[in-house]
Amino acid sequence: MTAAEDTAGPTPRFNFAAWLSRYGTLLAFLLLIAFNVIATPNFLSLQTLNVNLTQVATIVIVAVGMTLVIATGGIDLSVGSLMAIAGAIAPMILLGAIAPTTDPLVVLPLAFIVPLVVAGLLGWFNGFLVTHYSIQPIVATLVLFTAGRGIAQVMTNGNLQVFKNPPFQFVALGHVFGIPTQVLIMIVVVAAAAFLIKGTALGRQILAVGGNEKAARLSGIPAKRVKRFVYVISGVLAGLAGLIVVARNSASDANLVGLGMELDAIAAVAVGGTLLTGGRANIIGTLLGACVIQLVRYTLLANGVPDAAALVVKAALIVVAVYIQQSADRT
Amino acid sequence: MMQENSRSNVVAALIPRSNLQLARLCVITVVFGLLIFGALRYDNFLSSYNILSFLRYNSMFMLIALGMALVIMTGGIDLSVGGTAAMTSVVAATLSPYGWVAGLAGGMAAGLIVGIVNGLVVTRLRIQPFIATLAAMLATYGTALLLSGNQSVSVSYDTAFISIGQDDFLGFPIPAWIAIVCYIVGWIALERHPVGRRILAVGDGEATAKLMGLKVGRTLLGVYATSGLLAGLAGVILAAQFGAGQPTEGVGWELFAISSVVVGGTLLSGGVGSIGATLAGAILLAMVFNILNFENGLGVISLSAYWQSVIRGAFLLVVVILQAKLMNGRSQR
Repeated sequence: MTAAEDTAGPTPRFNFAAWLSRYGTLLAFLLLIAFNVIATPNFLSLQTLNVNLTQVATIVIVAVGMTLVIATGGIDLSVGSLMAIAGAIAPMILLGAIAPTTDPLVVLPLAFIVPLVVAGLLGWFNGFLVTHYSIQPIVATLVLFTAGRGIAQVMTNGNLQVFKNPPFQFVALGHVFGIPTQVLIMIVVVAAAAFLIKGTALGRQILAVGGNEKAARLSGIPAKRVKRFVYVISGVLAGLAGLIVVARNSASDANLVGLGMELDAIAAVAVGGTLLTGGRANIIGTLLGACVIQLVRYTLLANGVPDAAALVVKAALIVVAVYIQQSADRT
Repeated sequence: MMQENSRSNVVAALIPRSNLQLARLCVITVVFGLLIFGALRYDNFLSSYNILSFLRYNSMFMLIALGMALVIMTGGIDLSVGGTAAMTSVVAATLSPYGWVAGLAGGMAAGLIVGIVNGLVVTRLRIQPFIATLAAMLATYGTALLLSGNQSVSVSYDTAFISIGQDDFLGFPIPAWIAIVCYIVGWIALERHPVGRRILAVGDGEATAKLMGLKVGRTLLGVYATSGLLAGLAGVILAAQFGAGQPTEGVGWELFAISSVVVGGTLLSGGVGSIGATLAGAILLAMVFNILNFENGLGVISLSAYWQSVIRGAFLLVVVILQAKLMNGRSQR
């Protein structure tokens, strides 16, 4: 439990490595903003903010689920494929391909509920493989990583589904009080997950299972149920992100929705200060991590550096961020 | 104390071994089962044309699966193989006008460099292999796009470079020869050479291996370098086979390789593994696609190419659950 109780540890004297590990992502975030204010023209505009926030929203939503899974010592490679499945189901319902109706009163709730329930069930399946058969999370979620996108492609026969449904697309294109809905959803997800970790017993249990599963089980925590829970959450959040992506594009392409998302999400978690070993969950860190990665890319693109070079910088960023956190851990 | 230690060692070392041998036997049986099924059902399944083109195309995946198997045996993972292959295909294509040797050596050297960097990041900076090679994957794709200017790079047809991917030697595709030689070397290294013991010992427990006086860092560096080298070779074959260096190819190769290794009965926790079963795993997953093509050719049912990943996933699921049952069944006794 102690590993879960305390992340930084009380240090009598100033420890630069620990400080950097704790506030490094925030520092990088602020430095990037400062740099952009000076160097990038039109950076301080609402449009720039919206572009960056909408691009980062789906990554953050998925990465929050990933943070919870990683906190239990697991990993979820299937999120991109689950996005594709959810993103394939919703338009099928809207277009009347599943239920023989397009009545908005029936179709609209179904287009939200069914994909999320399916994604949650598939997440539960991941958790079942991990807990019931003690299969390593990488391997267990590799099954749906492989099969999931195939399922989405088979359902849609690999075709692009184009649709137009303003009420449904409100999740991506709408605004509430001038804030894009997807950004609002992102904020709600982050806040809820942060509350879950900081303010609930379940949050403590998640960290305890990741810190030392055996000890957690011996102290009466239903470790398997806790693990299945985080995979369900990860699945539902991936499904939600899938809905937002297809709503944003007015089209669903099972070949592309969520492609590579698992890596983006894991990168955000790693840069945000949650180590892959489990026992910790820094939700706000994940949010910052995703923002830093996005901002680095934006900064480079806005200043004429090609996207390919931005990939290399992103790689270096991940290594440096994880290195700093690990060296802080060892001191 | 001594007894408890030795007992847990025996449990760890002996019992899963026999189970894994059983698991490997399963995979090899399934491969033969599919072969017989295909031979009985389809006319040209065992024709030399099908077998040779199967080997020609899939040798790339066999090579990266071999490197992945070695890395996984040490308890690590290498997510960068797809990106490395994409990058080295660009390097090889760019160097192909200077002759096939330049293309081959350049591509392999580029792969080796990536592998060494991976190894150094893992051993010196002590960053988890998953994160280190995830970063390397992004970096190699970035480098591939930078080197190629976001386009595929055509290879030179004036030199013998394309022979590496397209021609035969003694009636057998050259890529398949390359894969066979690599697998023989890999098998000898793992089963008949001290380095194999070292790799498995490191995977069993780094701390223990270090206490035994093994050079853990050097072993890890070696397997990542090997994986990079083999991915480089796969990239050279890719460029030669398709006549172009392809900076965006290789997406998902790492997970195909991991699946092959897992289906081949190698545990991701490290410390155990088999070269032959990895080959069988790669062949099994590749054969799913081949059989799907033949099945569609019969015209009885029509399954789109999209089914292949569903079927591969199902195979993976069955194998993984079987393995888990075998392992759990024994360890509870």
